Amino acid sequence: MGSQWLFTLTYGALVTQLCKDYENDEDVNKQLDKMGYNIGVRLIEDFLARSNVGRCHDFRETADVIAKVAFKMYLGITPSITNWSPAGDEFSLILENNPLVDFVELPDNHSSLIYSNLLCGVLRGALEMVQMAVEAKFVQDTLKGDGVTEIRMRFIRRIEDNLPAGEE
Amino acid sequence: MADEALFLLLHNEMVSGVYKSAEQGEVENGRCITKLENMGFRVGQGLIERFTKDTARFKDELDIMKFICKDFWTTVFKKQIDNLRTNHQGIYVLQDNKFRLLTQMSAGKQYLEHASKYLAFTCGLIRGGLSNLGIKSIVTAEVSSMPACKFQLMR
Repeated sequence: MGSQWLFTLTYGALVTQLCKDYENDEDVNKQLDKMGYNIGVRLIEDFLARSNVGRCHDFRETADVIAKVAFKMYLGITPSITNWSPAGDEFSLILENNPLVDFVELPDNHSSLIYSNLLCGVLRGALEMVQMAVEAKFVQDTLKGDGVTEIRMRFIRRIEDNLPAGEE
Repeated sequence: MADEALFLLLHNEMVSGVYKSAEQGEVENGRCITKLENMGFRVGQGLIERFTKDTARFKDELDIMKFICKDFWTTVFKKQIDNLRTNHQGIYVLQDNKFRLLTQMSAGKQYLEHASKYLAFTCGLIRGGLSNLGIKSIVTAEVSSMPACKFQLMR
C-alpha cells in the first residue's frame, strides 16, 4: 500500500514540477514520454528477471503479458484487452481505474496535458528492448471525464538489429 | 518488491532530468537540489496525510521521530532507520546503513560528490512529513561511505 502511494505521489510531484518548467502541455507530454522511455528500457530487465515469462510469439501474447503480468506486478491492476484490429496489430488496454490519478484533478488550464503519459513511454521503451517497435497512446482518460482510461497499442515493426539500450 | 523497482527508476530519472536541463555550476547545482527537495517535500506531506489517518496522536516530539524512523521509513524504504541520535535540544541524526536509493550506485569514492543529488528528494520527504506533523525543520544529508548515509535534522 505504502509504496503505491509513494510512487503515485512522487509521480504527481514530478508532473507538477514539469508543468512549472515547461510553457505548454505538449512539452510536458513529450518530457513524460521521454522519461518513461528511459525507465522502460531499464524496467524490462527487472520485469524479465522477476516474471519468468518466455519469449512472446506474437502481439496477442505480448498483450496478455503486458496486461496480466506487467501491469499487475508494477501497478497492482489488470487492464482488460479489447478492440483488436483485424490484422492483429493494434489493441486497447482498458484501465477501469488508474492508480496514478488517485486524488488528482486536472486544473482548467491544462486541458492538453496527458497526465499519465509516462506509461506510454515505459511501454515503448520496454518493448523496444525485446525487439518490438510500438506506439502507445492514451485515447480515453478518466481525468478528462471519460468513463475509463484507454491506452491504444500499435505494433509498428520487429526490430532486427540488436541496438544498444537507447536513451533520450 | 516490484513496485519499489518502479519508484527507484522514477527517482533516478527525476534526478537525471533535473540535471540534464540545467547548466553547470554551483548556482545551478543548488537550484537542482532545491527542485528535488521541494518535490520530496510535497510527497512527504502527502504520505503523512495518508498514514496518520488512523494512528493515535503522538505523545511528544521523540515519539514522532521514532515513527519516522520505524513506520515511515519502513513503508517508504522497506527497512527501519538503523540508528537515531539526538541531543534532546532539537537536533536529530538518522542513520541508514544501507540506504535504498544508494545501493544501486558504486561504492567508489568518485560517486560521493554525486550522492547529494540522490539524497535531496529524501531530505524533502522527511521535512515534508514532519511539517504535516507540526514540526518545522531543516534536513540535510551526508554520505560517509556508500551506501550508508546520515540525515541531519534541525528544529
